[in-house]
Amino acid sequence: MTNNERNTEAIKRLYSISESIYEQLDKGQIPKMVLPLRTKANIKFDARTNVWKYGSLRGARSAKKVKGAMMLLRTSYMLELIQEMIETNKSSTLREAYYISEGWGKAKFHSQDESNLLTEDLEIVTQCLREDFKLRPEENGASIIGDINIVETDRKGRKKAVNCRDDVGDSGYGIPYNVEKEKIEIKNTSARFVVAVETGGMFDRLVENGFDEDQNAILVHLKGQPARSTRRFIRRLNDELRLPVIVFTDGDPWSFRIYASVAYGAIKTAHLSEYLATPTAEFIGITASDIENYDLPTDKLTDMDTRALNAELKDPRFNTAFWKGEIDLMLKLGRKSEQQALAKYGLNFVTDTYLPDKLNELGLLKK
Amino acid sequence: MPSTTAHKLAKGQKEISVSEFFEKNRQILGFDSPVKSLIMGVKEAVDNALDACEEAQMLPEIVVRIDKIDQKEYRVSVEDNGPGIVSTSMPNVFGRLLYGSRFHAVRQSRGQQGIGISATIMYGQITTGKAATARSKVEGAEAAKEIDIIIDTKKNAPVLLREDFIPWNEKEHGTRVAFYMNGRYVTGKQSVLEYLRQTAIVNPHASITFIDPDGRRYNFERATEQMPPLSKEIKPHPDGIELGTLMNMIKATKEKTLVKFLQNDFNRISERVAKEICAAAALPESTRPSNLTLESSKQLLEGMGKVKIMAPQVDCLSPIGGNLIRKGLKHVLMDIKPEFYAPPISREPKVHTGNPFLIEVGIVYGGDMPSDQPVQILRFANRVPLLYQQGACVITKAIESTDWRRYGLEQRGGSGIPFGPAIILVHVASTKIPFTSEAKEAIASVPAIQEEIALALKACGRSLKTHLNKKERKTRTRSKFEIVQIIIPLMAEKTAKIVGKPVPDLRGTLTKIMNVVWIDDSVIYEKKRHRVKVQVYNYTPKQQRFKVHTVLPKGGLDLASCSLRPSEIKDDEKITWELPKIASTALYEISFELKGLDQDAFSETELYVSGINPVDVMGADPLPGDWDLEGVNFTETEAPAAEKAEDEEDEPDYDESGEELNDE
Ligand SMILES: Nc1ncnc2c1ncn2[C@@H]1O[C@H](COP(=O)(O)OP(=O)(O)OP(=O)(O)O)[C@@H](O)[C@H]1O
Ligand SMILES: [Mg+2]
Repeated sequence: MTNNERNTEAIKRLYSISESIYEQLDKGQIPKMVLPLRTKANIKFDARTNVWKYGSLRGARSAKKVKGAMMLLRTSYMLELIQEMIETNKSSTLREAYYISEGWGKAKFHSQDESNLLTEDLEIVTQCLREDFKLRPEENGASIIGDINIVETDRKGRKKAVNCRDDVGDSGYGIPYNVEKEKIEIKNTSARFVVAVETGGMFDRLVENGFDEDQNAILVHLKGQPARSTRRFIRRLNDELRLPVIVFTDGDPWSFRIYASVAYGAIKTAHLSEYLATPTAEFIGITASDIENYDLPTDKLTDMDTRALNAELKDPRFNTAFWKGEIDLMLKLGRKSEQQALAKYGLNFVTDTYLPDKLNELGLLKK
Repeated sequence: MPSTTAHKLAKGQKEISVSEFFEKNRQILGFDSPVKSLIMGVKEAVDNALDACEEAQMLPEIVVRIDKIDQKEYRVSVEDNGPGIVSTSMPNVFGRLLYGSRFHAVRQSRGQQGIGISATIMYGQITTGKAATARSKVEGAEAAKEIDIIIDTKKNAPVLLREDFIPWNEKEHGTRVAFYMNGRYVTGKQSVLEYLRQTAIVNPHASITFIDPDGRRYNFERATEQMPPLSKEIKPHPDGIELGTLMNMIKATKEKTLVKFLQNDFNRISERVAKEICAAAALPESTRPSNLTLESSKQLLEGMGKVKIMAPQVDCLSPIGGNLIRKGLKHVLMDIKPEFYAPPISREPKVHTGNPFLIEVGIVYGGDMPSDQPVQILRFANRVPLLYQQGACVITKAIESTDWRRYGLEQRGGSGIPFGPAIILVHVASTKIPFTSEAKEAIASVPAIQEEIALALKACGRSLKTHLNKKERKTRTRSKFEIVQIIIPLMAEKTAKIVGKPVPDLRGTLTKIMNVVWIDDSVIYEKKRHRVKVQVYNYTPKQQRFKVHTVLPKGGLDLASCSLRPSEIKDDEKITWELPKIASTALYEISFELKGLDQDAFSETELYVSGINPVDVMGADPLPGDWDLEGVNFTETEAPAAEKAEDEEDEPDYDESGEELNDE
């Protein structure tokens, strides 16, 4: 489908939601809309695609409750907004959409969370992407450094070839919010694998130590919980260039979730896991075992940390022997650690010892 | 040899004067800590000032001033605009213990022992060595008399150090007493300021000014010009009278026959009743009282217990009254902006050990009060705040043994002081308050009193519960109302525009969502009238016809203003309307006005329904059983049960699935 066709299709599907609400009202029923429940309990492993998707549990958004009624009302306003953007060939950020709703009177969103959630809901029922709705995130993706050649179509429609090591500065190539094929073509690479790094500090350390060149690696900075486009880009590198992906984060419950969203799919966007998740991505650390094995400096787990770890024990995505062992160990230690704690042994320790150890385990170390 | 211990003791026993006794046992009078002493000093003088003004039926204007002399010493001065004290009595009033005008009177007043002010002066004299100064002017006198006075504690007699006449032109009449005492000035729950604040609540007719040691001025202005009615003196009431008191009365009577003694020396005993008592006691009517032995006195007491005697008349007591309690509370509690004042309860008088008493209770709820703290208890005895010994007081006991969970307050296990954003005010008025000690800090646990307090608390608690229920129902229904009144119509309009079809008829959807008759009321006070509007929305699928009932303040309804004529008015306050048929999704409105009421006297309309299944109604309660209206057994409109089952959801509520999606 071309872009235009996708937009028209999106409108058609959104229209049918409004139509269904109208018909329910006309029949004297209480309007409702049925959607898959977006809960931890409704995340199921899909053996065909190797990612976690929404299961078969359904919930009803009904006009019986104020919250449901408001969301149903807003759906029609959203349809109008999207229709208008398509007609005038404009797009807006999710934040702008939230502000546009100021003019909707009663139907306006009370927080951007509400508008983001509704956008995702609409993606789920229409099986479209928010880009099809002319909505884009305001956050840009993260950055990458490494010997890879891509061709980007810029905002004026010109095609630009970029080598993500030689043509960029030290902060790397910025991943745009749209990384689909019509925007970015992935050409070729000399790299052997991809390292996705959580923190900017560690990303810069690896760049400064020349890790990408020494090991023929592509470095991706995740910037905390990675944006959709970052995850989508990693997935494409894995799909199209057959590059193994390793994930390198802090050692705490929140970082475990970062890995889960890269490898398994996030609960919030499980309807897109097939596009966004990279099932073969490997977690290398910091693990709870690393804390013990490398005798790393640590911080005490906070109450929030402990609660998050316990929630992960009940999360189907973490239901593996590896994660059970690591989470239990972290709870037992009562401590967490950061990537940069490796500097305890000097600035080169991470590139001279820690990562080579890990790559060796995975059979990825350069001979 | 008779040198027993008793003999030895007898040698040492000599008369000790009352003043000497109190000097050694000052805690009995409440002067047991520096903080408390200062409060007691102010209290004794202010109580007297209020008593004197009330007796003379003058609106009190009281100025209290405390100056700090040094680390420990303060000077307290209290001035009133009362009737004054005749100059010859002044030395005894201020310098002799057990000298007072109320000691023998059966009447409600703050003072009852004749100890208060002289004990205060004595305490000041003991701790500072300084004399007190009193000045008083009676109406019509040319000048005030002023004395410097100390007390000879051995003799319990006044000693005047100075005696003067002073013009005091700015004052027509009044009294000022000033004394030095050791103490400590604090603010907080037990403080002079709090004492005066609470005094202002229960004496809304008084104007009280306080100047604290830093020179700060606090004005508790008068909230009403209405004087409390002068309480009449009455004779002892026979109910619960004690044998000792009875024998004292027998000794003191001037009457020559038992029947006359009963008839004339007691309250509420007529000749007929007196004869009945004689018969019940098996004592001849003509018995000379002086001939009654201990045995026959006991017989007489039993006889009195057997005959039913009318309760004492109200006019010996001076209740504050529901209206003024509310006024006083509102006036002083303004800044905490309470959301609800339960209509205060003023019980009928009852009798304890021969003394009439009555209980008044008020509850204030919400506003800027903490909800995780025990409720605040305001205790009053004859309009005097009680700040100390809360735990030992019958008021506290009555509150603790009431199950407040029923009335919407938190209380672990259903006993103890409840928690919540509330103030509970209890006033015990009596010709004689049975205090636990001379310091008058706590009321003794007399069962008759505790029982009356409990009844008043429950009655007030019920109003609180009604309010809380109503509030909860309002928030619950408000959201539904928002759906049917605003969101659904918008949704219909919007989707109709999108699909290019006419706006659909929403009746089916709306009645499915609500499926009740929804009743709402509003009250506006304007031009001295309460305008009340009752809206009845029929959000059921069928037409409805039923009755609406309400209770209005007696005589308040302006019949001519009723948009629908009441079909019945009972006891001038119970109003019934028979509504016409209301079609499905239609609205019917009743409006009426109340006249001649204080704004505070009416803020919410109590609404009841009959002739309709109460489960189909939101915003009104089923008619209570004690309404005793004929033919109100509700006819059950067939419940649309089948319909309800049909739109039962199979799916859980998507928007309430309750998980934080953004925790990653
Ligand atoms: N400010 C005043 N104006 C007029 N009369 C007063 C004033 N203060 C005191 N009296 C008179 O002096 C009497 C003695 O007062 P005092 O406070 O000692 O005892 P009381 O008030 O009768 O009892 P209690 O010991 O309970 O206070 C009072 O009964 C009253 O007649
Ligand atoms: Mg007194």
